[in-house]
Amino acid sequence: MSITIAAGRVDATPSQATAPTDTNNPEYFHKVVDCQWACPAHTPVPEYIRLIAEGRYGDAYMINWRSNVFPGVLGRTCDRPCEPACRRGRVEAEPVAICRLKRVAADNKGEVVNRMPKPASHRNDRRIALVGAGPASLTVARDLLPLGYSCVIYDADPKAGGMMRTQIPKFRLPESVLDEECNYILALQPETRFGERVQSLKALLAEGYAAVFIGSGAPRGRDLEIPGRDEGAANIHIGIDWLSSVSFGHIDRIGKRVIVLGGGNTAMDCCRTARRLGGEDVQVVVRSGFEEMKASPWEKDDAMGEGIPIHNYMVPKSFTHEGGKLTGVLFEKVKAEFDAKGRRKLVRSGEPDVHMPCDDVLVAVGQENAFPWIERDIGLEFDDRWDMPVVDELTMQSTHPKVFFGGDAAFGPKNIIWAVAHGHAAAVSIHMACEGQDLKAERPPSYVTLTSQKMGIHEWSYDNDVSLDLRFKVPHAPHELTLNNVNIEVELGFTRELGFKEALRCLNCDVETVFERGLCIECDACVDICPMDCITFTPNTAEPDLRKMLTAPALNLTQDLYVSDALKTGRVMVKDEDVCLHCGLCAERCPTGAWDMKKFYLETAQASACSC
Amino acid sequence: MTYIAKPKLHHRDIPTNALGFTHRDYEGRISTLCAGCGHDSISAALIQACFELSIEPHRVAKLSGIGCSSKTPDYFLGQSHGFNSVHGRMPSVLTGANLANRDLIYLGVSGDGDSASIGIGQFAHAMRRGVNMVYVCENNGVYGLTKGQFSATADKGSKSKTAVNHDAPIDLVSMALVLGASFVARSFSGDKKQLVPLLKAALSHRGVAVLDVISPCVQFNNNPQSTKSYDFVRAHNEAVNRIDVIESKAEITVDYAPGEVVTVHQHDGSLLKLSKLQADYDPRDRAKAMAYLQEHHARGEVVTGLLFLDPEAEDLHAALGTTKLPLNQLGERELCPGSKALAAVNDSYR
Repeated sequence: MSITIAAGRVDATPSQATAPTDTNNPEYFHKVVDCQWACPAHTPVPEYIRLIAEGRYGDAYMINWRSNVFPGVLGRTCDRPCEPACRRGRVEAEPVAICRLKRVAADNKGEVVNRMPKPASHRNDRRIALVGAGPASLTVARDLLPLGYSCVIYDADPKAGGMMRTQIPKFRLPESVLDEECNYILALQPETRFGERVQSLKALLAEGYAAVFIGSGAPRGRDLEIPGRDEGAANIHIGIDWLSSVSFGHIDRIGKRVIVLGGGNTAMDCCRTARRLGGEDVQVVVRSGFEEMKASPWEKDDAMGEGIPIHNYMVPKSFTHEGGKLTGVLFEKVKAEFDAKGRRKLVRSGEPDVHMPCDDVLVAVGQENAFPWIERDIGLEFDDRWDMPVVDELTMQSTHPKVFFGGDAAFGPKNIIWAVAHGHAAAVSIHMACEGQDLKAERPPSYVTLTSQKMGIHEWSYDNDVSLDLRFKVPHAPHELTLNNVNIEVELGFTRELGFKEALRCLNCDVETVFERGLCIECDACVDICPMDCITFTPNTAEPDLRKMLTAPALNLTQDLYVSDALKTGRVMVKDEDVCLHCGLCAERCPTGAWDMKKFYLETAQASACSC
Repeated sequence: MTYIAKPKLHHRDIPTNALGFTHRDYEGRISTLCAGCGHDSISAALIQACFELSIEPHRVAKLSGIGCSSKTPDYFLGQSHGFNSVHGRMPSVLTGANLANRDLIYLGVSGDGDSASIGIGQFAHAMRRGVNMVYVCENNGVYGLTKGQFSATADKGSKSKTAVNHDAPIDLVSMALVLGASFVARSFSGDKKQLVPLLKAALSHRGVAVLDVISPCVQFNNNPQSTKSYDFVRAHNEAVNRIDVIESKAEITVDYAPGEVVTVHQHDGSLLKLSKLQADYDPRDRAKAMAYLQEHHARGEVVTGLLFLDPEAEDLHAALGTTKLPLNQLGERELCPGSKALAAVNDSYR
């Protein structure tokens, strides 16, 4: 293509041209904030990281608390969907340690009780039943109680917290942290019916509740029905039940040789707990390969760091026993084979079976939902395939207008942050339903602002000088201490100093590069200064071609191109959002202010934002 | 004012040249010029040209005088040699350096004040002598450092923010043609597609290669009535040709129909392909080039492109018959050839 630009205008054929980006759609700039976009609760991550760097831990905590309700818990246990999304990971080697920075805010926040909402001064006449006292239900309660709702929380366990209390070992999540964050919600004065298992939804509905929220989790650990299961039963335990018993102090020891079956995070919690309760020789055995294991990479690292080997490609065949007592597990060795469609199949490897002797086995091969207490004749539909309730993903409403679901109970096992996101959405829906509004058409939008950060010619209200530090590691307590006590927290958390340095690694992706076409004189200053070659002025054409024509090719198709409308020369400005450092140099070198750095702030709508 | 340094991080997919460098390796320090200065674009074009030619940074000597333009060598090729000389004296300092060490690539960076006012005599003699150099004049028509008074290249009647220029302009391109420069081009800082190939061609030319680059002063001379503004140059730009520089190593595969393209071989083996944008323009004819420039200037047009090229030109070293070796490589034997040699020299004067 030979186009003379300087000599006159160039116009692309309209049919080929890429349409200008609609930056009025809040989703456009939201997507640029990769971490916030990836977070189910859309927590404003860069905003709270900046506050941590400023030492404003309490403010950072409250931003988190408003969005994800359990910052102290999540700062230790979150599945961190934000981190694989983090732009830093594409620009340098590793993402910002977002999750552990959240903990820095929680650890150093000081007194926040006075910043918490107060119990409603007067109550309306609406009573809401919440089944289960886990993260989903507690979120619904937190959102609805200040509005005057009466919430009744049922749980079979004696304390609030759900799986956060029963399934996460205390060496990962100290009880005091969980208690504190549950108590902020209990202080809003819900009615608690702890130790009371709901036996019938029909009966519950008959009590006249305005709505019922079901956040009862995925409470049934999957069993392994292979030969020897019954004979060895006394020493074969279902992982989540066993963890729960440890949590409540019913179990405090295990045999010396322990085999954990399964490759998820529960398996990792089981093996590390066993290691602390007398298990000297603890091993994890997984059907699949190491990379495919469901456990988060850092949880695998932590387990192996405690001297626990992980064996892969071994399928349990039978439990061996002698004289009515478990003696070990027999495994068949397999290997992965891929069919024409790339689907993996495990097939016998032909190697001889392996027998591993042991005293106890922990089975952590998955969890299931269980709704034996929901009658099937009350107008609440279940799907035929999975026998799961039919739930709307936006409103969290079931086919029964008064019944809402959230957390693992809604769509099967996920994680805490999803449960919180479901809770917020369900609270909005319940409030709207009570007000007689249409749950979809009248749903309140997110709150969005876009504010210039310019303070002077070379001055911005954020730290735009990009740190070159690599990701810092969170210090751990010594093994001698942690491996002998199931209640001692392993991770010490970042110190304030390390937290500060890690916070500076954040690229401030929420401070967006915003282009004002009418002001641009096409001087190329932004193109020349951009350290990442993100910006190009070019004749317009179809997006796939445009992506190849840029100063640096835009090969990451998951990241948008920011395309302006035609400029004076007929060209367009194209910015590839992929690896922008948000350093603001384009805006500093722009003589006319056509580029500005504007902070995008988004808070998802919660029940309190409904206009009713 | 504080400036952050340009972050060291770079895009993972940017190309490397034959030396394994990216264009980022040819950068210098962060510019302290005003935001949007055309000079910064010229620095970026120089970075790109040196990157594309895979020039080893230590083989380049950057020399400049005084002015906004003359500050710029600090902002590119941070690993090259540099000499910031006296106002208007860049050509003579460069000539001396060149005579001492002919192995380096000499890049003289000057502006309209430095070259057309205080240094006009120096400019003229460097052209006459054919010093082997690239002479880039970053031409914005005003004295930016002293807050925007008209310089000697400002067109008569051109308006700046506060004044109208009365004096007739000095056209450095026309002067260079008259004075015998062997490579004469004009370009525009806002058009890197034209500027980068011109710089590459100039860098591979033997003899004096002059580039008059119109470079708008955003601060003082970018108003609509200025003939050195972005808008004016874009609206009145008459490019006579497009240039492709084909390095000696590259295989020449594309054929152009005769009449559309002029091909010129340079001393260093590179080939310049000039796609004609003006059918009647032949850059090998000095007299016609001068006439063409006058004609179009009278019409208010800004003629750009490679305006004149003499590929057979010889440089100052050839004229003086100087030693092929840089002076710093001469040993005692060459420098003190002994009494017999001295006697022979003396005899030649008798």
